[in-house]
Amino acid sequence: MTDRTLAVVSAGLSQPSSTRLLADKLATATVARLADEGVTTTVVTYELRDYAQDIMNNMLTGFANPRLEEMIEAVTSADGLIAVTPIFTTSYSGLFKTFFDVIDNRSLTDQPVLIGATAGTPRHSLALDYALRPMFTYLHAVVVPTSVFAASEDWGTGDSGGRIDSRVATLPARIERAAGELAALVARSDRSTRVRDPFELPAGFNPAGMFPPR
Amino acid sequence: MQFGIFTVGDLTTDPTTGNTPTEHERIKAMLTIAQKVEEVGLDVFATGEHHNPPFVPSSPTTMLGYIAAKTERIILSTATTLITTSDPVKIAEDFAMLQHVADGRVDLTLGRGNTGPVYPWFGQDIRQGIPLALENYALLRRLWREDFVDWEGQFRTPLQGFQSTPRPLDGVAPFVWHGSIRSPEIAEQAAYYGDGFFSNHIFWPASHTAKMVKYYRNRFEHYGHGTAAQAIVGLGGQVFMSKNSQDAKRDFRPYFDNAPVYGNGPSMEDFTSQTPLTVGSPQEVIDRTLGFRDYVGDYQRQLWLMDHAGLPLKTVLEQLDILGEEVVPVLRKEFAKNRPADVPDGPTHESLVLAAEAAEAPPAVASTHRDDLDTAAAIAPHRRASGAAFGLAGAGKTGA
Repeated sequence: MTDRTLAVVSAGLSQPSSTRLLADKLATATVARLADEGVTTTVVTYELRDYAQDIMNNMLTGFANPRLEEMIEAVTSADGLIAVTPIFTTSYSGLFKTFFDVIDNRSLTDQPVLIGATAGTPRHSLALDYALRPMFTYLHAVVVPTSVFAASEDWGTGDSGGRIDSRVATLPARIERAAGELAALVARSDRSTRVRDPFELPAGFNPAGMFPPR
Repeated sequence: MQFGIFTVGDLTTDPTTGNTPTEHERIKAMLTIAQKVEEVGLDVFATGEHHNPPFVPSSPTTMLGYIAAKTERIILSTATTLITTSDPVKIAEDFAMLQHVADGRVDLTLGRGNTGPVYPWFGQDIRQGIPLALENYALLRRLWREDFVDWEGQFRTPLQGFQSTPRPLDGVAPFVWHGSIRSPEIAEQAAYYGDGFFSNHIFWPASHTAKMVKYYRNRFEHYGHGTAAQAIVGLGGQVFMSKNSQDAKRDFRPYFDNAPVYGNGPSMEDFTSQTPLTVGSPQEVIDRTLGFRDYVGDYQRQLWLMDHAGLPLKTVLEQLDILGEEVVPVLRKEFAKNRPADVPDGPTHESLVLAAEAAEAPPAVASTHRDDLDTAAAIAPHRRASGAAFGLAGAGKTGA
């Protein structure tokens, strides 16, 4: 058996939250797909609310306290990441963004990421593609093509399509497709076993200066 | 081991009174504080360099020149001198001049600065911060060590046969510390040259500082300057003291809660446990400071941040009295215990002169005395032909 780690970050605020519910469904589906390929997956799930003060203190002081540092290490060294936020005021929540603002902007490079969002109405679904996806692209993460948006009404749909237009994939179908895309990347990832040297110098580094370039 | 203070030079409203000093009052306060450093028996006064309000010290060597005249013993230093946005030629001249004025009581800590707009204001690009620090320092070193410099780089106009003046006192360049919070490139640079490494220390957890210093020490040994234990390490620190620990916490809290760097963030208790900040009795400060050695090894210089966040001058002077009377004498005694004999003391001009004399004078250093210019034979073997030719011609013209 092959071992992989999957990190789940949820910015839901209530307990329980539909954001966490979506995150868990995405994680469960991804783990199942990986199991199909003979991969055993360890899932670590974090509610950003539990770290809200630590995250803001990091924003203000410039460093993560030990508790947050441990969490950031677990998230950034995972083979895959599921990141889910409620949509507030047409975008990710401030808490969600602040977390990704305080981590090192190189630490998600190459990481397979599945993005998800929740909101009261489906009219905010494009926020995934105009807000979350560009942010992870900036971070050089590999965002899978399918992102999953769950409006309140989606929680009342079944596998068969139920009450809505059957040409539109239902929430369970979207979750399955997204999980399959993420699982394929996670299965190939070696992030969690990489040895990372925080003191690695950039290629071509010369302590006496870089001129003339070699 | 050297003890002293470093000042940011911030102009901050005292949150307990609402008073904001004028720039003039703040600058005069810094001068008073520097003289107090000598009076209470500390060893080093270091000033920051800033080019934006609310900070006042834009011209460190002007300030340090005055302090040089008013003191006799303390080392005048910086924390930090901006190697990225200042012309290395001007740094070479300013600090060589200060060396002469202060009879050698001068060293400096190089840093990149943390205020984005300062780069464009001085015609530079912040994305080039590290390459600027590397190249500018490479030039600065040569300006102090070679009489006539031919040079070309990426960031400033080339030089042909340029001589920085005055030459360093006794032919020995001021000691250089490289300051960095998180960039391994700077630790690498310090190690490469065998220069000092100064860890700001106060804004980040100790575990981080420990890793940075360990990296620098290993690379210092790698580059053949001595053992890792012999590398030259300086640390920042931040304390507020009162005879009674609870009084210290009560008195400092309003300053902590409103401080520009960490105000309105973590509680003072959290920040105290996560960084070297110590608010308490002199004994608590002694214990905490002695603990630094456990994770960075025997080191050479300890500087504290004392006058910031709007603390009034009177309070700062009282703090310095406590440091000088109760804390530093104990630290000197305790740090000396079990300190291996081959771990060097903090560098001074005298120690550098002795080292230069003891070493078989390396060529570049041997030719830095002006007297050497008289003797072609003394110079020629040490320089590339073109530089030597220009140098001799130049010396001939100006020598009379």
